[in-house]
Amino acid sequence: MENPWIYLGLFLVVGTIIPIAAIVMSAILAPRKPNPIKMSTYECGMETVGDSWVQFKAQYYVFALAFLIFDVETVFLFPWALSLNVMPLFVAVEGIIFILILLAGLYYIWQKGMLDWV
Amino acid sequence: MEFLTDPIKVVYDWLLELFLGWGWADWVAVLVIYLLGIVLFISAVMVLDILLVWVERKVVARFQDRLGPNRVGPFGLFQPFPDIIKLILKEDIIPEGADRVVFNLAPILSLASVIFLWAVVPLASRIYGVDLNVALLYIVAAGAIGTLSIIMAGWASNNKYALLGAYRMVANMISYEIPMVVALLIPTVIVGSMSFVAITEAQSDYWFVLVSPLGALIFLIAAIAELGRSPFDLNEGESEIVSGYHIEYSGMKFGLFYAGELLHAFTFGGFVAALFFGGWHGPWAQEYPLLGAFYFVVKAMIGYWVIMWVKYTVPRIRIDHMLAFNWKFLTPLAFILLMVTALTHRVLLDAPTWLYISGMFLSNVLLAWITVEVLRAQARRKRESVPPVMVGD
Repeated sequence: MENPWIYLGLFLVVGTIIPIAAIVMSAILAPRKPNPIKMSTYECGMETVGDSWVQFKAQYYVFALAFLIFDVETVFLFPWALSLNVMPLFVAVEGIIFILILLAGLYYIWQKGMLDWV
Repeated sequence: MEFLTDPIKVVYDWLLELFLGWGWADWVAVLVIYLLGIVLFISAVMVLDILLVWVERKVVARFQDRLGPNRVGPFGLFQPFPDIIKLILKEDIIPEGADRVVFNLAPILSLASVIFLWAVVPLASRIYGVDLNVALLYIVAAGAIGTLSIIMAGWASNNKYALLGAYRMVANMISYEIPMVVALLIPTVIVGSMSFVAITEAQSDYWFVLVSPLGALIFLIAAIAELGRSPFDLNEGESEIVSGYHIEYSGMKFGLFYAGELLHAFTFGGFVAALFFGGWHGPWAQEYPLLGAFYFVVKAMIGYWVIMWVKYTVPRIRIDHMLAFNWKFLTPLAFILLMVTALTHRVLLDAPTWLYISGMFLSNVLLAWITVEVLRAQARRKRESVPPVMVGD
């Protein structure tokens, strides 16, 4: 195939259209009878109490931060992994040192208690 | 005869000749052929998805010692069709105060992100969508759109349980993306290319599960967690948080979430099969691509079976145990495995094949043994430090 990206772009467009078609079909065929009790949000059968946008627990932010660090690390590791077959041995050792530095970071946040769910 | 050895090229050439004979411009003909191929491929994937609903219901029934659907056609095979018709005809309730645009977009993106993954999966030696040279990175990126759709669903539902479920689900999914990406790096290290087609082709002599069984296991565990399936499905367990982020969805939108989850599970079964278990390789698969596609579907079904097996056997894991398991066990293990694999692979690069396979396999076994010993020492230490309780003190 001369240009794989055109095929991929078309694939993305068609792949998005098919679920949209399913929902449009449902919107045409399904009944629509709103009444206030049906439209209220679900709270295990009771009336809703309080705001529906609850306070964001700070621990999620900490997990997202740890994820970000290691995700960027894996992005850096992709070119290293690709080059192992053609580069001399010390390149592998250098990548290993990089991973070890970041594992030391993981050990640090572990001991600091940032990975606990409080 | 040539159709059997290279079906896509034969059809492509015939259609191109036909369209050029009609007087169309070159690029229009190629575009139309691409579109036809894409629509056919995605339709096949969706039909497979519908079949998977039947497979899932029959298998869960058998695991729970009952029969499953068996009325609507031979062995209940046509059961998904009335299911789909029912879902389309159900009323689509949007709760008051919900954010309409995001609410409608979430299920679309959820199913679309799974369909995007099928563009790069090699079904046979000459049957695949595209041969991207960054296919593994594309898979991780397209999977992340699914994660995005979950937080969209939870936020737009105007429901605190949906939001809580969505927070926990997304925390779970992003945490398990790290060992999954690192486990994806292991075939990259072995082959030296991120292209899915190249990785599958490189397994013609030996499957990569022989070279890196621990990598296959880590990828399987991280994939099951990434799917949001049991035992990691705290966020959509019916008894806990009443379906989590898709509480407020009804009708076809819920159907899209459900079908998307099943197709995602099958896709990851396919990834495990393609990355570690040889993909489409099998007897005579090299010359006859259709046979290779059949082998791939069989192996993907076996992978999907293992994922279902785990789902219906093991009880749900608590959220703090889930995250602790990831950050304190799987992530360090995955990185150490990557280091060991890279070093062993580089050292044994020019060794004969038997030495290479046994060297990598032994390094994996050694690492697994060390891990078990470390865990045993941890467990022993924790048990000894608890003082005995005196009754009557």
